[in-house]
Amino acid sequence: MKSIVIVGGGVAGTITANYLAMRLKDEIRSGDVKVTLISDREKQLYEPGLLYLIFNRFEEEDILRDVKYLLDPQVELKIVRATRIDAESSKIDLEDGSKVEYDYLVIATGSRVVPEDVPGLVESGHWFYNLEGARRLREGLAKFRKGKILVSVMGIPHKCPVAPIEVTFLLHDFYKIHGVRKNVEILYTYPINKVFTMNNVSELVEEMFRERNIGYKTFFNPLEVDAERRVVVTLEGEEEPFDLLIAIPPHKGSQVIIDSGLGDRDGWVPTDRYTLKAEGYDNIYVVGDATNLPVSKAGSVAHFEAEVVAENIAAEVKGLPPTARYFGKAMCFIETGFDQATYIWFDYETPPKPVKPNKFIHWMKIAYNRMYWLTARGIL
Amino acid sequence: MVVVDARGSYCPGPLMEMIKTIKQVEVGETIEVLSSDESSAKDIPEWVKKAGHELVEVKKEDDYWRIVVKKLK
Ligand SMILES: Cc1cc2nc3c(=O)[nH]c(=O)nc-3n(C[C@H](O)[C@H](O)[C@H](O)COP(=O)(O)OP(=O)(O)OC[C@H]3O[C@@H](n4cnc5c(N)ncnc54)[C@H](O)[C@@H]3O)c2cc1C
Repeated sequence: MKSIVIVGGGVAGTITANYLAMRLKDEIRSGDVKVTLISDREKQLYEPGLLYLIFNRFEEEDILRDVKYLLDPQVELKIVRATRIDAESSKIDLEDGSKVEYDYLVIATGSRVVPEDVPGLVESGHWFYNLEGARRLREGLAKFRKGKILVSVMGIPHKCPVAPIEVTFLLHDFYKIHGVRKNVEILYTYPINKVFTMNNVSELVEEMFRERNIGYKTFFNPLEVDAERRVVVTLEGEEEPFDLLIAIPPHKGSQVIIDSGLGDRDGWVPTDRYTLKAEGYDNIYVVGDATNLPVSKAGSVAHFEAEVVAENIAAEVKGLPPTARYFGKAMCFIETGFDQATYIWFDYETPPKPVKPNKFIHWMKIAYNRMYWLTARGIL
Repeated sequence: MVVVDARGSYCPGPLMEMIKTIKQVEVGETIEVLSSDESSAKDIPEWVKKAGHELVEVKKEDDYWRIVVKKLK
C-alpha cells in the first residue's frame, strides 16, 4: 500500500487532498493507496475574510469551517501537530508521540506572522493577518475617530501581497462613510522603492492613493516600534509617528520546517519552481505559502499548485509519467474600495495588467468569498 | 565579508535579503550580494544611498551582478 501524507489543513493541503482523493478513488477503495491529512487545527480559516471582518462586514462564522467537512471522506484526517519531518527515513513525528510513514509527502504548512520579531510591535501595534489580531483591530477601528493611521508593511514576502493596499483603500472609504475622513490621516509604507513589487500595479495604486489623499513612503523598513513615543523607527534612520499602527508583520514558515532542517533562514522550503518538488527530495512536494518560490503567497497560487502536485503524485502512483508543470500562475482581486475592485493575472513570464477598477469585479470578489468553500472541497 | 547569494531570486528578493542581512551584521562589515536580477543593480545602490551605507562596488559578472556594500551605522 502506498501512503500519501499531507501536512497542513489550509487552502493548499485541503485542495491537494481532495484532488488526490478524486484522482485515486479506485486505488483508495481497493486499499492500494491511503491519503492522510495532518492538521494542527480543527477549523480552516478563510484568511481573505479577515479584510472584511475588521470592518465588521464578516463575522467569524462566515470564515471558519471544520476541516473534517471540507475533506473528501476517503481522506483520513488526523488533528495533531507534526513536530518533526525526517526526510531521510520518510517518517513524521506527531505531537501525541505517534509516527506516520509516507511514500509521498506534501508539505502544506503555510506561513505565519511573527510580530514578536519587531521589538515594540506586540505592545503598541495592530495587525489583521490572523484572527486574534483582526478581532482586536475591529475594536480599534470602530473607536478611532481622529488622528494618524500608519499602514506599514514590515517585511517581504508576506501573505497576499495586495492586502495592505486593499486595507488602505477600505480605510479611506470606511472613514468617509463615517463622515470623519478629514480628521483621519492615512499613511502607507512599503520596504522597496515603490508601493508594490510589480511596476504597473504600483503606478495605478500610487495614482489612486494621490486621488484619495492617502500618503505613502517607500524604502521604509521598520526596525522597531517605540511604544512610549508611538513612533516607528526605520533602518533608513527615519521616525514616523502614529496614533494607530496597522502592521503587516514579518512572516516565517512553520516551526516544523525550521525544526526539521528543511527550510531556509526564514523557514521557507527550497522548491523546484516547475515540478514543486522539495529540492533534493524525489518524494516530497511543497504547495502554497510554504515554498520559497518568487510567487505570491496567495490562496490562488496554492490552488493552482495543488492541481499540479495532485496530478503528478496520482500519475506516479498509477505508473504514468508525471508531466504536469507549474508555471507561476497567480490571480488576485484588488479591492479599491467598498464598491469597486480590479484584478491581476500573472505567471513567471507574464507581468500583470490591472484593469480599470469597477463594480462588477468587486461583486465577483464578494461572491467568491462565499464560494471559496467549494474551492477547498475541490469542486470549483 | 558576508555573502548573500540571491541568484535565481527576483525583485524584490535580493534587496530584501540584503536588508535582512544588514540588520544582523556589525557596523563596518561588508556584504557581497550576488543577484541574477538586473533590477538589483539599480535598486540596491539606491537603497544603500538612502539608508546611508557605502556602496563599495557594482560589477557585472558573466550572468549575474556582484554588489558590495559596507554597513556604516
Ligand atoms: C488578510 C489576508 C487576506 C488575504 N487575501 C487573499 C486573497 O484575496 N486572495 C488570495 O489568493 N489569497 C489571499 N490571502 C492569502 C491566503 O490566505 C494564503 O496564501 C493561503 O491561506 C495559503 O494557504 P496554505 O494552505 O499554503 O497555508 P495556510 O493557510 O497558512 O495553512 C497552513 C496550515 O497548516 C497548518 N500547520 C502548520 N504547521 C503544521 C504542523 N506542524 N502540523 C500540522 N499542521 C500544521 C496551519 O495551522 C495551517 O492550518 C490572504 C491572506 C490574508 C492573511
